[in-house]
Amino acid sequence: MSALKPNVVIGGVLVGVVALAALVGMIWTPFNPLAVSFTARLAPPSELHWLGADEFGRDVLSRLMVAAATSARISLLTVVGALFAGTTVGLVAGYFQGWTDRILMALNNALLAFPGILLALGLLAIMGANEYGIILALGVAYSPSVARVVRGAVLSLRETDFVAASRIMDNSEIYTIVRHILPNCIAPLIVLATSMFGWALLAESALSFLGLGVPPPAATWGNMLAASRPFIAQAVWLGLFPGLCISLTLMGINLLGDALRDRLDPRMRGV
Amino acid sequence: MANADLLVVAGLRLALRDGKEIVKDVTFSVRPGEIVGIVGESGSGKTLAARAILSLQPPAIRRTAGTIQFDGQELTRLNARALRQLRGARIGMVFQEPMTSLDPSMTIGRQLEEGLVLHTKLSGPQRRTRILEMLARVALADPEAALGAFPHHFSGGMRQRIMLASAMLLRPALLIADEPTTALDAVVQRDVLELMVDLTREYGTAILIISHDLSMVARYTDRVLVMRHGEIVEDNTTAELIRAPREPYTRNLLSAMPHRGPTRPKPSGPPLVEVNNLIVDYKGSAGLFLNRPGKRALQGVGLRVGPGEVVALVGGSGSGKTTLGRAIAGLLDPTKGEILFEGQTIARGTEGWRRYRPQCQMVFQDPFLSLDPRMTVHSLVREALRAARNLTSVAKNVRVRETLREVGLAEDLATRYPHELSGGQRQRVAIARAIARRPAFLIADEPVSALDVTVRAQILDLFADLQARHGFSCLFISHDLGAVEQIADRVVVMRDGEVVEEGDRDQVFDSPCHPYTRQLLMAVPRLEAFVT
Repeated sequence: MSALKPNVVIGGVLVGVVALAALVGMIWTPFNPLAVSFTARLAPPSELHWLGADEFGRDVLSRLMVAAATSARISLLTVVGALFAGTTVGLVAGYFQGWTDRILMALNNALLAFPGILLALGLLAIMGANEYGIILALGVAYSPSVARVVRGAVLSLRETDFVAASRIMDNSEIYTIVRHILPNCIAPLIVLATSMFGWALLAESALSFLGLGVPPPAATWGNMLAASRPFIAQAVWLGLFPGLCISLTLMGINLLGDALRDRLDPRMRGV
Repeated sequence: MANADLLVVAGLRLALRDGKEIVKDVTFSVRPGEIVGIVGESGSGKTLAARAILSLQPPAIRRTAGTIQFDGQELTRLNARALRQLRGARIGMVFQEPMTSLDPSMTIGRQLEEGLVLHTKLSGPQRRTRILEMLARVALADPEAALGAFPHHFSGGMRQRIMLASAMLLRPALLIADEPTTALDAVVQRDVLELMVDLTREYGTAILIISHDLSMVARYTDRVLVMRHGEIVEDNTTAELIRAPREPYTRNLLSAMPHRGPTRPKPSGPPLVEVNNLIVDYKGSAGLFLNRPGKRALQGVGLRVGPGEVVALVGGSGSGKTTLGRAIAGLLDPTKGEILFEGQTIARGTEGWRRYRPQCQMVFQDPFLSLDPRMTVHSLVREALRAARNLTSVAKNVRVRETLREVGLAEDLATRYPHELSGGQRQRVAIARAIARRPAFLIADEPVSALDVTVRAQILDLFADLQARHGFSCLFISHDLGAVEQIADRVVVMRDGEVVEEGDRDQVFDSPCHPYTRQLLMAVPRLEAFVT
């Protein structure tokens, strides 16, 4: 890959801006995101409040920046959790096969049969809405697809000669799995992980919008969008900016994910 | 006599977009009805040169110079439409793997009819008669039934016959056969080639046959072109090329042909590895509606390998030789029967198994598949010593370096990854890994089949050398009788999961008892036959 493709540049810039905003938001924001001000109530974008202020006079830009960090943290932890749980299940099921495989995959398929968001809704209803509840619920919802991908890769990898060679070298099964099988599953997993990051972001926004997400007054893009609904006619910026944040970030992640897939798939190389 | 030539390729050059030349100034001609072979190792440009005749080279490769005259017509100036009319009708092609060149979702009848519809004005019934005639001619058992069957219903040899039928249906003046039988085993290979030669002689078709196998090409061709690095190094009549090759490279290729190794004294003492009445069943797959029946891959096989002895296991594809090798390696569990190492059973979990495991190592056919792509050469070989508790970490590193030197790999290769090595170097790494722990018994499953001719000769020499030095016993599994003749002390011939013949190498090669062994030996083209 000699020159960067425009898609990669656009995706990189979008994700980069969000990441930067989130990082900066952790130490500094133009206003205290929780500070209420009656004078600024529903203020339109101006020199003082670049992206306007909400119904309590809180600065939208500051809230978006803090929300970016919250959303990124939730998505990241969700993806890591799902990867960890799914990979373990997939490796065990794929490598040991037989009854282990059948039982694990039966449970997995049962989970897969629910739409992810529905499963998360159910779990949140039981556990109550908070940040860790969301992470757990979404993690459980997403790990079955990871398990499937890993199991598929393991099924073909375990028949390869280099795994047979490892067995002949008197290596234990755990060592063979960790040293030879796992590293060779990484490529499809990275691709899956990027798209999952996008799903998690969207699902978290959707859950927050439904009121099952991070409870107010903490800001997430989803609950900001939800809170803007009654004021959509008077203050369009309240809904517009969080919405833009969600869609542009998703677009950026998807563009990067596509580029990553092209790069990791040898068949796509050099075309 | 240039006018009498059917095909004249002159000064052909092919290059990648970045200007790298892959075929350099290739000039040759084919007379009507003549059989010409192009021989070369992988990367010599032989396939590209042949494909360029019909502009069938991959799109990334362009023709930069040269003329191609076919039957007085300049092909390089033809447009796509005119080329299409030529392809199939006047110049037929047969490719290496018939499973991928036949459309899996179309019946044989429809595929064969396609060409006739495009290039002839025959009516439906006429087409059908012609197809049936041709299928009968290529010795398909039931041509009528074959019309409605799909490619996967046929074996590799049968599919290649069908490909041949489809190419010859249009009675082309030239047939380009690109490694037509490389994917087939020796006996089938011979049948298909004889058929191809007979059939083309009947129609006066010339053949341009491309292969890496000099002895196979020598058997059927009138003239041979030897290619290397995109150039033709020698263009000679077959008889002349074998008897008195002009170029050093050709001599090199010829001397790389396997030759019989020295006869060694028989090993004394009890057998190191003993297999008694071994049965291996493959479980059938549970389908959605029907359960596919299982298959008995080995039906009561016995085998003995003496200390320091090299026993070759030969047979066609599906004979069970690989299954037997994997069972002895402990990679699959036999259904019945016993495998003994130094008189002790090696059933999993027994004391015998724990003793056997480090003593038995394996070299696989394709080193690209048997080496973990994400490990360096050093760590690959070092891994073989991981479970050796009697060696310190320093001693292990010393052993790795020593072993790499032994298999002829330079020290600076130790930090490379498998994909940065050549095929021969990769197989050397695989061998280094297998011998690093100084095993008493080595199983080599087709260790030289994926390699080029000259590389194969080097690896076989290395193998013999290491075996003599370390004195390990070896089970050498191969369909390549040339390699077997060079390296084995004893030969075991398998067919359909059974041992049909077993004996000392000289005895099996010189006076085979079983008809199948004779058939196998006859099917192997030998250069000696042409020289004398």
